[in-house]
Amino acid sequence: MFSKLKQLKESLSKTRDNLLGKIGRLISGRKIDDALIDEIEEVLLKADVGVKATQKIIDLLHRQASESGLADEDSVLRLLKNEIAGILTRKPSSKSETNNSRPLVWLITGVNGTGKTTTVGKLAHYLKAQGKEVMIAACDTFRAAAVDQLAIWAERSGVHFMRAQSGADPASVAFDAATSAKNKNIDYLLVDTAGRLHTKANLMEELRKIRRVTEKVIPPEQIKATLVIDGTTGQNALSQVRIFTETVGCDSLVITKLDGTARGGIIIAIAEELSVPVDFIGIGEKIDDLQPFDPREFVEALFEN
Amino acid sequence: MFGELIDRFDDIFKTLRGAGKLSEKNIRDSLKEVRRALLEADVNYKVVKEFIKRVEEESVGEKVLKSIEPGQQIVKIVHNELVQVLGEKAVPLAPIDKTPTIYMLCGLQGSGKTTLAGKLALQAKRKNKKPLLVAADIYRPAAITQLKILGDSVGVEVFHRENAQPPDICYEAKKYAEKNFVDLVILDTAGRLHIDEELMVELEEIKSRVVPDELLLVADAMTGQDAVNLAEQFHKRLALTGVALTKLDGDARGGAAISIRAVTGCPIKLASVGEKLSDLEPFHPDRMASRILGMGDIVSLVEKAQQAVDMQAAAKLEEKLKKNAFTLEDFYDQMQQIKKMGPLESIMGMIPGVGKALKGIQIDEKGLTRVEAMIQSMTPEERRNPQIIDGSRKVRIAKGSGNSVQNINLLLKQFAAMQKMIKDMSKFKFKGLPKGAFPFQM
Repeated sequence: MFSKLKQLKESLSKTRDNLLGKIGRLISGRKIDDALIDEIEEVLLKADVGVKATQKIIDLLHRQASESGLADEDSVLRLLKNEIAGILTRKPSSKSETNNSRPLVWLITGVNGTGKTTTVGKLAHYLKAQGKEVMIAACDTFRAAAVDQLAIWAERSGVHFMRAQSGADPASVAFDAATSAKNKNIDYLLVDTAGRLHTKANLMEELRKIRRVTEKVIPPEQIKATLVIDGTTGQNALSQVRIFTETVGCDSLVITKLDGTARGGIIIAIAEELSVPVDFIGIGEKIDDLQPFDPREFVEALFEN
Repeated sequence: MFGELIDRFDDIFKTLRGAGKLSEKNIRDSLKEVRRALLEADVNYKVVKEFIKRVEEESVGEKVLKSIEPGQQIVKIVHNELVQVLGEKAVPLAPIDKTPTIYMLCGLQGSGKTTLAGKLALQAKRKNKKPLLVAADIYRPAAITQLKILGDSVGVEVFHRENAQPPDICYEAKKYAEKNFVDLVILDTAGRLHIDEELMVELEEIKSRVVPDELLLVADAMTGQDAVNLAEQFHKRLALTGVALTKLDGDARGGAAISIRAVTGCPIKLASVGEKLSDLEPFHPDRMASRILGMGDIVSLVEKAQQAVDMQAAAKLEEKLKKNAFTLEDFYDQMQQIKKMGPLESIMGMIPGVGKALKGIQIDEKGLTRVEAMIQSMTPEERRNPQIIDGSRKVRIAKGSGNSVQNINLLLKQFAAMQKMIKDMSKFKFKGLPKGAFPFQM
């Protein structure tokens, strides 16, 4: 547990140095006034927290400052941490924790280049390490060599693998994999899908079909649709969550590439406007750089000095 | 893209237009909205701040206050400033005039480098140049296979080496190209974070060994505030010669374009607008600024048409659009040509005022087939003059095309709405269309 937190802190340290960590240094030894609050607003906006969530946090700061008075830096920091943690935690629990029937199908979706295939690889490794029987269905038949890429991941973590021929109908692969997973008593079936922009109606329809066909074998409550979002994405992430939710549902999120700069704020923006829990965050390129998301830990890591 | 930003400006300027005369407060209020819109579009905070300051300085003056149409004036100032930030005019890629000319692509993971490499190769091939794709990503599983498959599909040779380091691979590729009369070498490097010291050094090494003619940063149009940092870092280390924006066919507001341009000063040279290998366009700053302001991009549309259609047909289209003499017959012709032009969404987005009108309307390309069938079942006279289509004609058309009479009615109604829209468009009115006012949405 300790090393996990340390790893998270290290990965996010770049974020911290550049962004939210700045708040600590900003506040240090300053009078709590409008100018300071303006600077805090700037830091939040630059971290992709978004106009709406930022406005909310800043309004709260103004209110507290005029009502009870924010005497020292500690009280400002505490207020910010609590507020952000509050935004992040009022989410329903994730589906995998509440449903014991197996197999649980994990439908991995997202726009192009967010890291779906890599996430599936890492997720397989993570679940396998917990002693689960895991199968991967490679349904990205569009991008050249996506199936090969996933085959390498599957081999690395030693899990079952269902391969599609390039150009095959992805729904048929999902159907075969679901049938096979059921017969083999698999715990988790991870379905990797092709990246698609949420604005392409026909591609979104294809995704719906994958889900529909899978539901012929597996009851809907055992299917979990997880949207993978690139941590570098700006406010367009909100649009992605909304439209994927409408199309195939969106039970949880995975936020990837959080090991760069300016990252992570988008998690706050999404949590403020939409009620989808974050399951995992990707914080590096190695196979074990995928971590379950813990809001409190995340906030602590963000503000760590 | 930029669609939602257009909506915001539409709303803001509507209140400005109605205000009659502008006061300083008016301007400040609307600029606050402009600021918010830009921030929500992911334009970097600092860039927004400077932008607003400049616009404010220019607009809060007597000149504006006394002018007859103050709203127009502000639109113009905001537009001019946007154009200035985005770069005054289109900057072309380095010419392919050496053997070999070298383009080097770099960027974050998942920004679309490999796809862009394929698009550039195809473009070169179409200009009768001999391209060579170089697989310099030795890190991601199956990255080389991906490029090989891509190369096969466009019929372009792919250079790769087992167990070699990227700088060596690229250098060897250059030597190989010199010997084999390759016109254009495209280096597809691995995705990397701008803070990954080791991999950034690798890029510097590649650059110093092959000396590329064009060094492009490939950036995702959906990038958030970090666009500034990554562009700055890549530019500092590599002295970029340009930027390619990808995934512009999504609904990202694309503020990253403004940010990247503002911090690096590098021209944005390319716009990647779809998954097909032919979906690549030069980036036109002035048109993009117009698009942000909801002024449409009829020039891009016509140019796009010129590529897919022969010149004569394009000229005819332009003429028809101008004259409002648009019949079902033309519509049918256009549908055939539009199919060649690329995804419908990106085409429609270029027509002035349509961005907003199309909001929430999903274009189903299959619906086109049905519309085609209906038009094919009409007589030439009916196509030119839909008013003559009475009850019995409708029944005949319905039977002939395997549709219901209701669908025929819908098509006729929607076509009438479209004609009206085109008329409005040419008068430069930006009126929203009622939902469903498009023949495609069926």
